[in-house]
Amino acid sequence: MSRKLLAGPYLIWMICCTVVPLGMIVYYGLTDRSGAFTFANLSAITVPAHAKALGLALLLAVISTLICLILAYPLGLILRKTGLGQKGFVVFLFILPMWMNFLLRTMAWQTILEKHGVINGILSFLGLPSLRLINTPAAIVMGMVYDFLPFMVLPVYNVLMKIDNSVVEAARDLGASNRQILFKILIPLSVPGIVSGITMVFIPSLTTFVIPNMLGGGKLLLIGNIIDQEFTVGSNWHLGSGLSLVMMVFILISMLFLAKFDKGGEGNAF
Amino acid sequence: MKKIVERCYLGIICVFLYAPIFTLMVLSFNESKSMAKWGGFSLRWYQEMFQDEAIREAIWNTLAIALISAVVATLLGTLACIGIQKMKSSSRAVILMLNNIPMVNSDIVTGISLMLIFVAFGISLNRNTVLIAHITFCIPYVVLSVLPKMKQAGKTTYEAALDLGATPIQAFIKVVLPEIRPGIVSGFLMAFTMSVDDFIITHFTRGAGVNTLSTLIYSQVKVGIRPSIYALSTVMFATVLILLIVANFLPGYREKRTKKAGG
Repeated sequence: MSRKLLAGPYLIWMICCTVVPLGMIVYYGLTDRSGAFTFANLSAITVPAHAKALGLALLLAVISTLICLILAYPLGLILRKTGLGQKGFVVFLFILPMWMNFLLRTMAWQTILEKHGVINGILSFLGLPSLRLINTPAAIVMGMVYDFLPFMVLPVYNVLMKIDNSVVEAARDLGASNRQILFKILIPLSVPGIVSGITMVFIPSLTTFVIPNMLGGGKLLLIGNIIDQEFTVGSNWHLGSGLSLVMMVFILISMLFLAKFDKGGEGNAF
Repeated sequence: MKKIVERCYLGIICVFLYAPIFTLMVLSFNESKSMAKWGGFSLRWYQEMFQDEAIREAIWNTLAIALISAVVATLLGTLACIGIQKMKSSSRAVILMLNNIPMVNSDIVTGISLMLIFVAFGISLNRNTVLIAHITFCIPYVVLSVLPKMKQAGKTTYEAALDLGATPIQAFIKVVLPEIRPGIVSGFLMAFTMSVDDFIITHFTRGAGVNTLSTLIYSQVKVGIRPSIYALSTVMFATVLILLIVANFLPGYREKRTKKAGG
């Protein structure tokens, strides 16, 4: 008996449950209800409502990815510089929220931002007028940043901690300023982590339907919401599959981007 | 001065990360049902939570699904690693690509693709379809954590055991298994936590009436948040915290102690 056969059950499982199902999406996406071949489900992305949802999803995903990067990179730098990063506990502190159920984390923001929620409660206690916070694009971005920030912190921190301090010291000995060290040494060396963080935040932000549902009041629709509705409420699976194929193009693009900049998989978070 | 700014930055991020969780905790002890008013300390929502049949069933489903899928995924994944180790590097590359599909794909795509295949083959969605889906996305994590350990272990010790007269199974259990055990354990834990945390894939593959904690929270939030969910989130956060502390600090603590004791 060959030992290779031990991989058999795994292979059968993976082919039946990942390759064949992906084929099903392609099949459904390229056919109509009668089973005839059509491109209509793909071109449906040009319908204004769908195009708007995709555009909004791309926009919000880009904004929240940028905010995550802007928040996480200095954090990584400080952890590296102060040596706090060596202490498991401090790093643990910044990653712990990731292990909390993500629906609960989103629900927490709903509680805080709601019309009769925590912030407006405090405002009215102080005698100030209440604000309209929930059901805005900003609330959705807030939720995305909060939910996915650890996905940026982890790879950026990992890659920054790996940079040998002697490289930084050598640069300083050769007369580099702090600014030069940051832009010529630390940032170029941490590109794999940055890119890995960007894809890890961008993809879930682009495809989410839970956050806009909970913080956008179900009125601001992203592409994920449209697909979800086609499958759960609208039950036009052909259209839903076609739109997911279009969405997958963007996922593929960001994966290629990752493969280009993070060849050795250095930026891997796990 | 600069140091103060740095510390403040760390502090602000910490507040940002924990304020929402802290808010949920405070509200879980709030007698009043309102989110904006403090009506005094009370454990009434905890009582309500423990009496809630739906929550109890969801907890049971979540744990059972996570445990079964982690066990099956660990078994299949570990066996696969033994086989993959024997393969030529070209077929190994193909398998690793296959392995990456569920990890790279966004959850919504994995979810709907599994839903389509279940329905296409006339399998009605129920607890078992959720289980199959969870095993599917858990296996890759196991493979990715066992395979590097397998490579480290190498072939030489295994072959030496065979030369010394061990049967292949004996050689595997006595020689290879102890070396790859850390990979198996971390793969299992990763699979378990991924399964507990999943919402999107469960959402698409569950049948009517089957709820895990995630889907229960989602359906309740849609109708309006009840404070018993705050109690639930506090309990879940505390559980995760305790588990992580045990997992992260105990082994390190033991290691340091044994090092000290060793000299």
